[in-house]
Amino acid sequence: MTSSTGTTPARTGDRQVERLDRVIIRFAGDSGDGMQLTGDRFTQETASFGNDLSTLPNFPAEIRAPQGTIPGVSSFQVHFANYDILTPGDRPDVLVAMNPAALKANITDMRAGSTIIADSHDFTSRNLSKAGYSDNPLEDGSLDDFNLHALDLTGMTVEAVKEFGLSRKDAARAKNMFALGLLSWMYGRPTQGTIDFIEARFAKKPAIRDANLTAFKTGWNFGETTEAFAIRYEVKPARMPEGTYRNITGNVALSYGIVAAGQLSGLDVLLGAYPITPASDILHELSKHKNFGVTTFQAEDEIAAIGAAIGASFGGSLGVTTTSGPGIALKSETIGLAVMLELPLLVVDVQRGGPSTGLPTKTEQADLLQAMFGRNGEAPIPIVAPQSPADCFDAAVEAARIAVTYRTPVMLLSDGMLANSSEPWRIPDVSELPTIDPAFATSPNHVADDGTETFHPYKRDPDTLARPWAPPGIPGLEHRIGGIEKKDGTGEISYDPANHDLMVRTRQAKVDGVARSIPDLEVDDPCGRARVLALGWGSTYGPIGAGVRRVRKAGYDIAQVHLRHLNPFPSNLGDILRSYDQVIVPEMNLGQLSMLLRAKYLVDVQSYTSVRGVPFGAEELCSVFMDIVKNLSAPDAANHS
Amino acid sequence: MHNLTELPFPGLRGVPVAEFPGNRKEYTSDQEVRWCPGCGDYAVLSAVQGFLPQLGLKRENIVFVSGIGCSSRFPYYLNTYGMHSIHGRAPAIATGLVTSRADLSVWVVTGDGDALSIGGNHLIHALRRNVNLKILLFNNRIYGLTKGQYSPTSEPGKVTKSTPMGSLDNPFNPVSLALGAEATFVARTIDSDRKHLTEVLTAAAQHRGTALVEIYQNCPIFNDGAFDAIKSNDTKADAIIPLVHGEPIRFGAPGEDGLGSKGIVLDPATGGVRVVRVADVDAADVLVHDARAEDPTTAFALSRLTDASNLDQAPIGIFRSVDRPTYDDLARDQIRTATAGQDRFQALAGLLAGGDTWTVE
Ligand code: SF4
Repeated sequence: MTSSTGTTPARTGDRQVERLDRVIIRFAGDSGDGMQLTGDRFTQETASFGNDLSTLPNFPAEIRAPQGTIPGVSSFQVHFANYDILTPGDRPDVLVAMNPAALKANITDMRAGSTIIADSHDFTSRNLSKAGYSDNPLEDGSLDDFNLHALDLTGMTVEAVKEFGLSRKDAARAKNMFALGLLSWMYGRPTQGTIDFIEARFAKKPAIRDANLTAFKTGWNFGETTEAFAIRYEVKPARMPEGTYRNITGNVALSYGIVAAGQLSGLDVLLGAYPITPASDILHELSKHKNFGVTTFQAEDEIAAIGAAIGASFGGSLGVTTTSGPGIALKSETIGLAVMLELPLLVVDVQRGGPSTGLPTKTEQADLLQAMFGRNGEAPIPIVAPQSPADCFDAAVEAARIAVTYRTPVMLLSDGMLANSSEPWRIPDVSELPTIDPAFATSPNHVADDGTETFHPYKRDPDTLARPWAPPGIPGLEHRIGGIEKKDGTGEISYDPANHDLMVRTRQAKVDGVARSIPDLEVDDPCGRARVLALGWGSTYGPIGAGVRRVRKAGYDIAQVHLRHLNPFPSNLGDILRSYDQVIVPEMNLGQLSMLLRAKYLVDVQSYTSVRGVPFGAEELCSVFMDIVKNLSAPDAANHS
Repeated sequence: MHNLTELPFPGLRGVPVAEFPGNRKEYTSDQEVRWCPGCGDYAVLSAVQGFLPQLGLKRENIVFVSGIGCSSRFPYYLNTYGMHSIHGRAPAIATGLVTSRADLSVWVVTGDGDALSIGGNHLIHALRRNVNLKILLFNNRIYGLTKGQYSPTSEPGKVTKSTPMGSLDNPFNPVSLALGAEATFVARTIDSDRKHLTEVLTAAAQHRGTALVEIYQNCPIFNDGAFDAIKSNDTKADAIIPLVHGEPIRFGAPGEDGLGSKGIVLDPATGGVRVVRVADVDAADVLVHDARAEDPTTAFALSRLTDASNLDQAPIGIFRSVDRPTYDDLARDQIRTATAGQDRFQALAGLLAGGDTWTVE
């Protein structure tokens, strides 16, 4: 299935209009060219038009990598459709390339027949050689397989805005708005949102504001008047469930989830964080929401960040710390402390390519085992993972629920893809969100032999095995907790072997018991006769789902199930795994979930892995699934199963 | 969520006062104290158990947070709220606690290894932020709990299990370090001088902001006698340079005027201070200690009089006590300003539905 599933061309005015089900556009340029902003604006226009959409920003780790070079290329991909889509798409239908490096870095993703719009102005011999071209690809015929539009975007922009008296450099900077105007015309996007946006953003700089507005409108008008573009495209709004929607990125949704968790539990929130890509935007976002009793503490390091969070939890707040994999490594000891203290703590890991500094701006799922086991001693913690950008909201609320209810640190595993990508989010009704009960201890819970009432900080709730949470300030509940092993019940220091054995097993049993509070998994198996199950976790939900759809569309059966809870697993997972002939587990690591599933359930799941820093493609997973499905349905397969 | 009660102590503003004065017994937990016999920690614990009730606070609003090391067992022996955390991290943990709770009196107990080695970063940042917490730094100049390695305050050349040919690194002077880290309150006292210790702790409690109190603490097992020069009756008059706000800094055997025969004067040659025989200078030139001076230069110069090896000479007292807004007060002010007069639940709906929205019917 390609995206050019055009239907009957229609004509409006003198321009042919072609209807499409879906389109993928990639804006690419130098990191100083404003491609993220351009993509973001196009996305907002598309969202307000009512298409379903999914986006994928891709930018270098350096703030300004050397200009004009391939490492300095920044891009933004947006996939929009008239039906519900799952991924930002594999291969763009349109590439906007603002310079030779942007073309070179992205051309291998383009399929023959797709459209390339290039700013010919920047294809100078100097820029060509920086990108490693010996000849100009716009002129040497090497792009003959594509529908190429080599346009002097910069020149036209500078010409259009010259009345505003800007320097040539400032004038040229508005070229991204020219490109946005042109693309907006091509796909019939509503423009008012972008006009309002430019007016607000540059309110204090009238000349820049006017130049950007003019560039945007000129880009639109250029599309309308030039002969170069014979066709406009139309992608009808998608039919989505009733409700009010907004477009949202994973980091913003996750931040809102934390704000909501504070409100739903009645707890103040203290976020301790140290700047780190790709998690910093959560710190930025939460720092704007002090009006919800959210304190953000930018700590001196990752350890202080989680330290402050656990200190706040001890004081009766919801302590939260946000970071990426390297930060988790630094926080490990304190997470272990939180396991011992049995205090609520939300630890967010926005995973990126590793190990070490790795690929800071790229995505990966290779921290699962770190989350599971990356501490000294037996230190189990619940793990929750969102499956899409908007789902980060619900996942954060769920992680906070477990943390507060079970008095435990909980790891929320997002990733770079979820963090920066966006999709429409059906805004929840606040009154329908689940409440979270902190159930603070208010009175002594134990009567000593002599009849005096005392407080035992490790006397547990028989159902959840959670200990009482008694923030300072209540007379009679004064108690001391710490990282040394403690006596069951009293919490006093204890080195007794049998007590340690009991406490280790009890902490494990408490985390295992979280499974009783989470719903059974529901397998998506429309025909009910699939023999192959595709199973994933985290951000691979989209590509796995898209791959599964393609398999079904081709007439084959395949089931899909996706894990939100990685520790403990949902209670019915073992039964599900055992009821399929083959389970395929795609992951952006070297098979970490597969290892856990094999170890726990003794099921021979098949692992498919990739660690290229980018999400799986739907096409790629479709072919992986097809191989398995076809193999199983081959005549002699029954003998082997 | 709690009444703000005005106390005479700015440092305790917001902490509820007790209806009835407490006593030492109430502040003593039922846990058996497990330090070595003769350890200086006992004296400090006893002083603190006697001093805390005098603050007149509700006991349930006092919290002790410690790191790892011999002295970090301290919270277990006090019947207040407490946390015995992990190595070096107590200032960070206490920062989160203080920032989220204006109604608590929060104390950190730490040692030279805990605060100055593994936790050095948290210490300096707590000091610069000026979080309203009181840090008691038990300096025994050795690693006790791990059985006797040299510490970041050990004298150079120290022979220990890990340094059989003598330690190589230059030590920290904790007071100099704290002053360099923008601390607003820095003092030094001695475990065995209960009166001075209590005075300094009281001043620390009074101070609104981070107070660093270095307590010279003898470890009879691994570093016995480290403070003999300033403790022995034969030498202490010459070793202790007493810092008393508003008084000339004089020490040594009494001179004709009944004050110490030695004094401290500013030294224009170095920009620092030096020791003189008072008889050799105009008595009016002797430096009058000003702990409230905004500029920490002189306090720092005084801290440099500390003899790094044998402590044959060391200023004792409050080096610096100045006012500066605290991090936690400012953070809570921002929250208070932002939350003023809003219905949070309504606001949540508004937040979620913010930005460009569209409706599907
Ligand atoms: S080792 Fe030293 S500091 Fe530690 S308890 Fe024993 S005497 Fe005190």
